[in-house]
Amino acid sequence: MDIFVNGQWLPFIFMVLMGVSILAYVILDGYDLGVGILMSRADNAEKDRMIASIGPFWDANETWLVLGIGILLVAFPAAHGLILTALYLPTACMLGGLILRGVSFDFRAKAKAQHKHFWDKTFIGGSLLASLAQGYMLGAYILGFDSSWMAVGFGMLVGICLVAGYSFVGAAWLIMKTDGALQRRSVYWARVSLWGTAFGMALVSLATPLISQRIFDKWFSVPNFLFLLPIPLMAGLLIVILEISLRKLPQPNDRLCWMPFSGAGGLFILGFLGLAYSFYPYIIPDQMTIWQAASAPESLMIILIGTLIVLPCIIGYTILAYRVFWGKAKDLSYY
Amino acid sequence: MDALMLARMQFGANITFHILFPTITIALAWILLFFKQRYSATRDMKWMEAYKFWVKIFALCFALGVVSGITMSFQFGTNWPGYMNAVGNIAGPLLAYEVLTAFFLEATFLGIMLFGFNKISNRIHTLATILVAAGTTLSAFWILALNSWMQTPAGFEIIEGKAYATSWLAIVFNPSFPYRLIHMLLASGLTASFLVAGISAYRFLRQDKCPSVMAAMKAGVYTAAVLIPLQILVGDLHGLNSLKHQPAKIAAMEGLWETDTGVPLLLFAIPDQAARINHFEVALPKMASLILTHKSDGEIRGLNDFAGNHPPVAPVFFAFRLMIGVGLLMLAVAWTSTLRIYRYGEPSKWLACILVGMSFSGWVATLSGWYTTEIGRQPWLVTGVLTTADAVAKNVTEGMIVTTLIMYLSLYVALIVAFIFVVFYLARIAQIKATPLPQQAFSSAAVADVTSKV
Repeated sequence: MDIFVNGQWLPFIFMVLMGVSILAYVILDGYDLGVGILMSRADNAEKDRMIASIGPFWDANETWLVLGIGILLVAFPAAHGLILTALYLPTACMLGGLILRGVSFDFRAKAKAQHKHFWDKTFIGGSLLASLAQGYMLGAYILGFDSSWMAVGFGMLVGICLVAGYSFVGAAWLIMKTDGALQRRSVYWARVSLWGTAFGMALVSLATPLISQRIFDKWFSVPNFLFLLPIPLMAGLLIVILEISLRKLPQPNDRLCWMPFSGAGGLFILGFLGLAYSFYPYIIPDQMTIWQAASAPESLMIILIGTLIVLPCIIGYTILAYRVFWGKAKDLSYY
Repeated sequence: MDALMLARMQFGANITFHILFPTITIALAWILLFFKQRYSATRDMKWMEAYKFWVKIFALCFALGVVSGITMSFQFGTNWPGYMNAVGNIAGPLLAYEVLTAFFLEATFLGIMLFGFNKISNRIHTLATILVAAGTTLSAFWILALNSWMQTPAGFEIIEGKAYATSWLAIVFNPSFPYRLIHMLLASGLTASFLVAGISAYRFLRQDKCPSVMAAMKAGVYTAAVLIPLQILVGDLHGLNSLKHQPAKIAAMEGLWETDTGVPLLLFAIPDQAARINHFEVALPKMASLILTHKSDGEIRGLNDFAGNHPPVAPVFFAFRLMIGVGLLMLAVAWTSTLRIYRYGEPSKWLACILVGMSFSGWVATLSGWYTTEIGRQPWLVTGVLTTADAVAKNVTEGMIVTTLIMYLSLYVALIVAFIFVVFYLARIAQIKATPLPQQAFSSAAVADVTSKV
């Protein structure tokens, strides 16, 4: 299949862009959702610092979701409607969760002191609900929107695993952005949630080839298998390295405090690559390819031109924002 | 109730909740920039205090706008899959440009604007404020281009039931776009300035007459006084534009059933769509013709010319009158307050009370205006191209919509109540902070909490 003729390369580019946006979302909003989930385990002073560590970033992090879903909407309109109506209820749950946590974030700092605990609870609950719903959506997608009880159970399980996954990135973020007792607790949280993450990745990796003969053949036919072997091997190796290094954190002078977060990013990238390989070229598993779902080439072209100009700027000022707030999170003040 | 009506109610509820907050932030961002600019020029702390107070409310509005906006990007798919199928080639790039050029810009620099003041220079901080303000306005530009295109589509062709772009310039600058964009930006300006004036008047009434409160009140009142006549003028032009491109909407707004000359302006009536007449009419003779055609015997087409193809009359008719009523009230209050404050330096007690009551008047006017124009577009989703009924999701059951509608509605009502309470609470807290009585400022955990942390 030659994708570089007849404008056929445009949907491919947009699939890559959408994938990168979703991956960026999962890692970036993953850490602030994870911090939200972990807040259920923290005391009041720790809560304030945890919030401070994600304060300047969460808003831009969620914009990656809008971009990802936006690309699905604008580049693959036929798939957008099918996917979102098939996932109607989990989508509504996710949105309810995202609304709750997004506003609690601001309300908790501005409402009366006696209401602060209420907004902390909605922040934690919203983060948890959004993560569970996103995991459920991934599970449902993998099973091709099957609606049997088995599929619902599988979705729930993936949801719980994603909660573990986000908790792990969140804990890794806190290891990097905090110090003292909170940092030590974060190391503990990371060690626990790492195993949930590993279990979830194993679960999804086993389920995908078992569900679809096509995906099974893509992975386990001979030479493919040899080329693909590094993905699960590297993921496994990374998990072992993370477990070993977490045992030794925190270190003097805070050496390697960035290591768990980078490792978490690597783990998510590997998982994402595996999934992307399994489902390509389908945007709805075994039903609709990216070419069948794509918009008109003229429309895609005009979006692509804008993207190529604007995306470097976005990346540039995102890096700027992270540099402005570099280092350990202090108690955050508006001034 | 059928799935179509429920889907419309759900999307309507979400977009109603959403628009409340961008309507504030679009203009409040520029007001903040004004405070910041005055501070940089004069180094007078009152401007910085005004900035610090209003940036908190800005952040709250922004968060509410972001989360309800995310919901909308999903509801295009969950509620209206037929929309993107039919006109995705047009709507897609406009939405994409909004996300790419506006959302990331405002979201990223908002973080720097809110929390970066001690980490960067004053100049860079002002630049961040400018970029946030530019981002909010740019976002309005793109979304109103799309909205206007749905009202008055141009620059496209239909091939096998799908719209394809022929001229992007014609699509963006479609016939109703310039009017709608300016009308909306002015609406935002009025909403934000009445909010600033109202909350400042609330603090004034609580004997919190520090310079920053008075400066903000003056900024709000004077801005409103300048913007409201402009808004009335632009509104009139927008109406003339609708008369040309969407005559059925105008007929519904005027409650006019039969095409006629010398049409009276209905101050009040109860339109009866089944009998196709109005009850209890109170009218000014020939005024509607005069306003819409600028001739006292001008002809206006009536609803019966568009039978079966015009919007439901009563909601459009009443929403339009509510918008006009609030607009005229704004004119009276803004000018009275301006004269009074200009002469005496502060409002009378009664005037301050009225200003407090008008704090959220911009919401009422904006929403009724939006209801007028969006319900007035029915039965079309994209005028002449796609009906709302054809775009609705077919495989979503009524039970699912009802369940999620109840969830969204209860969430939205709770959040609006919480928002209004918190705004007034912040106004009360700011006073305690500004007058540092030690036993008050340091014994109250609430104060320390609100003023020092996020």
